[in-house]
Amino acid sequence: MSEKLFSLLLKNGRLIDAGQNLDGNFDIFLVDGKVRELAPTLSVTVDQVIDLKGLWVLPGAIDLHVHLREPGFEYKETILSGARAAVAGGFTSVACMANTNPVNDSATVTRFILEQARSAPAKVLPIAAISQGMQGEILVEMGDLVEAGAVAFSDDGKTVPNSKLLRHAMEYSSLFEKPLFCHCQDNALFADGLVHEGVISAAHGLAGIPPLAEEIDIARTIMLAEYLKVPVHICHLSTRGGVELVKAAKARGVRVTAEATPHHLFLDERAVVDLEYREALDENLKPSMLCYNTNTKMSPPLRSAEDVAALRQALAEGTIDAIATDHAPHEATEKAVEYGLAPFGVVGLETALSLALRLVQEGVLTPLQLVARMSSAPAEILGLKDRGSLAPGMAADLMIVDPEREWVVDPGKFYSLARNTPFAGWCLKGQVVKTIVDGQIVFSL
Amino acid sequence: MSQIVENKICDSQEMGLILARIAEEIVARNQGHQKLALVGILTRGVCLARRLQRIIKDRSGRELPLGILDITLYRDDLSHATHHPVLRKTEIPFSLDDATVILVDDVLYTGRTVRSAMDGLIDFGRPQSIQLAVLVDRGCRELPIAADYVGIEVPASPQDRVMVRVEESDGFDLVTVNPRSSFEGESANGI
Amino acid sequence: MGFKRKDLLGTRDLSAVEIRTLLESAESFKEIAERPLKKVPALRGKTVVNLFFEPSTRTRTSFEIAAKRLSADAVNMSAATSSVVKGESLIDTVDNIQAMAPDIVVIRHRYVGAAHLIAGRIGASVINAGDGANEHPTQALLDLLTIAEHKKLEPGLTVAIIGDIAHSRVARSNIWALTTLGVTVKVCAPPTMLPRGLEEIAEICVCRRPEEALVGADVVMMLRIQLERQDRLLFPSIRDYARIFGLNRRRLELARPDAIVMHPGPMNRGVEITSEVADGERSVILNQVSNGVALRMAVLFFLGGQGA
Repeated sequence: MSEKLFSLLLKNGRLIDAGQNLDGNFDIFLVDGKVRELAPTLSVTVDQVIDLKGLWVLPGAIDLHVHLREPGFEYKETILSGARAAVAGGFTSVACMANTNPVNDSATVTRFILEQARSAPAKVLPIAAISQGMQGEILVEMGDLVEAGAVAFSDDGKTVPNSKLLRHAMEYSSLFEKPLFCHCQDNALFADGLVHEGVISAAHGLAGIPPLAEEIDIARTIMLAEYLKVPVHICHLSTRGGVELVKAAKARGVRVTAEATPHHLFLDERAVVDLEYREALDENLKPSMLCYNTNTKMSPPLRSAEDVAALRQALAEGTIDAIATDHAPHEATEKAVEYGLAPFGVVGLETALSLALRLVQEGVLTPLQLVARMSSAPAEILGLKDRGSLAPGMAADLMIVDPEREWVVDPGKFYSLARNTPFAGWCLKGQVVKTIVDGQIVFSL
Repeated sequence: MSQIVENKICDSQEMGLILARIAEEIVARNQGHQKLALVGILTRGVCLARRLQRIIKDRSGRELPLGILDITLYRDDLSHATHHPVLRKTEIPFSLDDATVILVDDVLYTGRTVRSAMDGLIDFGRPQSIQLAVLVDRGCRELPIAADYVGIEVPASPQDRVMVRVEESDGFDLVTVNPRSSFEGESANGI
Repeated sequence: MGFKRKDLLGTRDLSAVEIRTLLESAESFKEIAERPLKKVPALRGKTVVNLFFEPSTRTRTSFEIAAKRLSADAVNMSAATSSVVKGESLIDTVDNIQAMAPDIVVIRHRYVGAAHLIAGRIGASVINAGDGANEHPTQALLDLLTIAEHKKLEPGLTVAIIGDIAHSRVARSNIWALTTLGVTVKVCAPPTMLPRGLEEIAEICVCRRPEEALVGADVVMMLRIQLERQDRLLFPSIRDYARIFGLNRRRLELARPDAIVMHPGPMNRGVEITSEVADGERSVILNQVSNGVALRMAVLFFLGGQGA
């Protein structure tokens, strides 16, 4: 990346690195985009020294699940704007889903994404589709795509309804040791659902999405992976039943991993009609604008409080391996419509790390577990051997966090082109102040 | 309470005499009219109209039909009302066409209530004539309206407070006039 | 006291005092319908826009008559004649209407929350005339007005609501309003049309069979079965539904001897209700329609009377 060997010394920071099981004060010496040395005290001659007293140094977060919308929907987000949002949120690598236009189902699209990403501040990892055009009928040319740079396969946004096709996708992708990321959803049960089937759907006449719509498909996916003895990754787990299926499968030795999003870890169905954080919001917002806020509409939907508790527990005990944002940018006018017409999805890159820190503050996760869920586990799931930890020799991808810094989520200040967050107005403690990718400072607060 | 007593205009006994006189005048002036009717404006106007109806029956044997009129929907100050108006039921159980209607209210002040009441009455038919009977005329008219039958004239400034209380709704009969300052917070009687 | 809202979006958050204020005022407005000249000047100079994105002759006409009897200028916009068919968003449509400075906007829309979306955006008062399966507050209030003509609306009264509860805004608005007044509500629907978790959020009694709901009922409220939903696998056939859930004379005998029968209309005669019952002496279905005008006059009067 740099023309000469740029060296950087990070002094006096608290290094939290799950990959090495380290949590303590270390000086970190970075040269040529890689970590050279770690020690309690280092004195070397470098191009730049940064004193990080009182700050935390974490391996850069890796997001298994983002939608960067390019090509095709550049009005919602571009690879560049999405990558800027990523580094502002401490993410140094992001894996982008294939539901672009055209769908990333050919080496041409994968190469285009990587080409666009060359000027982006974060590392962009294209996930290719499982089926051509995400139509669920014909497999993509997996070999060609892997050669072009695809890191995984997913028809995310849709399930693969044909079990035979899903089976063959699992079998064929195992040849390249690339994981399948499964968006689990039974289409008939999901139907035209808008919110979780529960007290809110019942009270407000909004079409419900039963937890079963997700769980039945998770069960099918796990059964296929178990039978074929291949790894599989479950996207955005949202229900207690889903957690139990994954937990039981892991106990049987199935190579299943799972992710959960910050919004499913913090919000439940009630947010649809009454954002619980009302008092934190702009007082100019009238109550009726808090009701049926389309930034609470996503798939899977915000579930019950019981589900949220189950997800948090599963995250703590490791049944859920990773926090992924499912960053789904939409243009403001697309969301400024009737709840039933709004597209599913919310952005997450710029709030995820601070929300994860809140999980630490609430005692759900330890700092080391946070790093495991946001960095080392995602690296392992994607088979990225050069990142997810700051051990010597690894890529110098890291974030510097001020754990005490308080800030209020203001979508107007997002680097993302989109503003569709349900966390607007939240007061969060702990924020990324610098992000370094391959030894270069790509973001400073 | 002491303030009310100090500024008393008339009490129960005097009010009875006044109403008897008005009843007499109504009968005398409308000797030949077959279709004569009373319409009281809610709330105290209705109470007074009922008393007039009874007195007229006792004295002359004539039983006049009685109507009740709520003028809320005809007010010209609906949008400016600081409190939400209470809407009550209008009941005019007889035809107004070609009738002589005696409109009855407690206080005549700006004249706006009477204007609203006339608008309301006309929606029910085409009376041959409308006459106005009030217990108190306190002056300060804002519209060219005059009463045909007046109980007492009480020249009062807009700052003064003329209050009519009747037994049916207030428990006792009493008319008082007070400077507004001594009655902060009470709602005005008559518009 | 009274009713001091900018909008009427639902009955869910109305207090008992607000409900009773509207009902008492509506009671006074009934009289206007009996006059030879059915018009009062209360809302003279006010503009009421009826914005109907779903076809509804009855509710729209009722609002229009109510507005005109109050001397307001009522303008109707229906989806078929508006720019909506040209792909304009609701926000744009509403911004355009707002630019014409109406005082009250009455909206009917197939999506839940459409009225709330508008109310948060414009200065005019918004009346929800039905948003998806969520709320239809004026229908529920006119139902209460009709019940009050025959029964005391207070604890001890039992109302049975039978039909497609899941997709019914009429049912929801009635459930909220009736339970707020302490009335006992029994609901009965085919299990496919009963929202999961309804008992958790409302103090109601859910009955499996209509017979159970009818026993001891003072009021029987039948809901319209939406025949166009047939393709949604909700019930096997109209015939089967009519046999199990339809209200006929024999079933009605299970209710209190003086029970009244209601239906929000339009009825599917022979499906959810037999003609014999619908046209019978205990039916108050047409009273509901008359009361709709008086109730809507009361609502328009309260909302329209507060403009500056």
